Amino acid sequence: MTLLAKHSAYKQAYDQLRASGVDPLNVRFDAVTSPTEGVIGGKPMILLGTNNYLGLTFDPDCVDQAVEATRGQGTGTTGSRVANGTYGGHRQLEQALAKFYGRQHGMVFSTGYQANLGVLSTLVGRGDHLMLDADSHASIYDGSRLGHAEVIRFRHNNPDDLYKRLRRLEGVPGDRLIVVEGIYSMLGDTAPLKEIAAVKRETGAYLLVDEAHSMGVLGETGRGLSEAAGVEADVDFIVGTFSKSLGSVGGFCVSDSPDFDIMRIVCRPYMFTASLPPGIIASTLTALDKLQAEPGLRHALMRNAHRLYDGLKAMGFEVGPEANPIVAVAMPDQEVAVMFWKMLLEGGVYLNLALPPATPTNVRLLRSSVSAAHSLAQIDTALAVFGEVGRTLGFLPSGRRRIAGAI
Amino acid sequence: MRQNTQLAVVGGTDAEASASMRNEISTIFEEVLGRPVSIRDDTDIVEDLGMDSLGVMNFVMAIEDFYDISIPLDRIAQIQTVADLMAAVESLRAGHAA
Repeated sequence: MTLLAKHSAYKQAYDQLRASGVDPLNVRFDAVTSPTEGVIGGKPMILLGTNNYLGLTFDPDCVDQAVEATRGQGTGTTGSRVANGTYGGHRQLEQALAKFYGRQHGMVFSTGYQANLGVLSTLVGRGDHLMLDADSHASIYDGSRLGHAEVIRFRHNNPDDLYKRLRRLEGVPGDRLIVVEGIYSMLGDTAPLKEIAAVKRETGAYLLVDEAHSMGVLGETGRGLSEAAGVEADVDFIVGTFSKSLGSVGGFCVSDSPDFDIMRIVCRPYMFTASLPPGIIASTLTALDKLQAEPGLRHALMRNAHRLYDGLKAMGFEVGPEANPIVAVAMPDQEVAVMFWKMLLEGGVYLNLALPPATPTNVRLLRSSVSAAHSLAQIDTALAVFGEVGRTLGFLPSGRRRIAGAI
Repeated sequence: MRQNTQLAVVGGTDAEASASMRNEISTIFEEVLGRPVSIRDDTDIVEDLGMDSLGVMNFVMAIEDFYDISIPLDRIAQIQTVADLMAAVESLRAGHAA
């Protein structure tokens, strides 16, 4: 017996998975050569599962700024924001984010995960009530455990269930904070934010939206689902990440809360970790400029999202409820999911194999995410490989449909 | 969807109330699992009934609907047996009635 023996059920499941000849949790890229291309096991791949929505990871300006900042300011800050880790760039990025969202305040965290840990554990405390969508990301669940608020889960994307639970709290003291996501990371579905905002107004709760997957993706100017749904005034806090549309790493929160800055001296996941290196800050600032200056990126992204989503759907695959850059295909069981994923790799298409408990309602998913940087030809190639594998596995309901006709 | 008005545990003894709740919980288990179950106070909800995490979540939501309560996550984590669940439901109902 070892200390880790308590995880033996996971080990067994993992061993079983690996026995089938794949290890989707341990993919190693020999090279990643562009936002959409890489090499795995010596084989060139179309990258269709990287959350690189605007394709900015290789943007020459972002790269140049990162290099220049690294040469000028060094590889790391070697300190936390409250000690030696705040440089001009950190404040500049916070101001740029606040301006982009039209908010008074902004705060940068070292990862998106930490942003949720920090914000959720600080905004609400003992005696308060945190209302989480049941399909929330792990960082939201973990943030809820780091604080001391009472945590209540409501049915995924169900404003009536949320309302019912808030109504049950009538007369109970304490603040209420509702937490939802712009686009949910597994199925690519959006929150019914108009309805949720109405519940928030009626019950006097606060509302936080995690726009990790929707920043730069949704909304007229890329501000996310809050903008797309026209309810920005109802959203008290927006949390997001730099590791998707902005192509680097880090997280943030923006708000109009007048005493927002108190978080800087009470929010432990902000205070007790090293701040982002200057190179990351510089490329993120540049990427945020690009996100605003080049709406064409968002249009290309949505064009590609529709091409993949519509194509898969027309072939007879079971996809998520709406066409967004996250396109998930449901698999009937783990064996087929693993085999399908493996054969896609052999066909030169990389995407994420998502298995329970990381998925909602125990579903097995082939989870892809498209990028503005994908060419239509790449999307069509991926569709062709999907169709071929689907037919080989006897998976498509009517095996002989032409893929080109599916768009 | 059933309403909690159907419960109507009026004026009975504690033992009767508790037997009645056990029956209600048993019915909810059967609905969620889709098969007959036999439960006692010391039945372990995960071990004895073979529930996975999704089953537990669906079951908890059904219990919440039936009794018109929300069971906070930290309370759910403390519930292992049917008796634990009954105690939690009881105290949450009392709390909200107050």
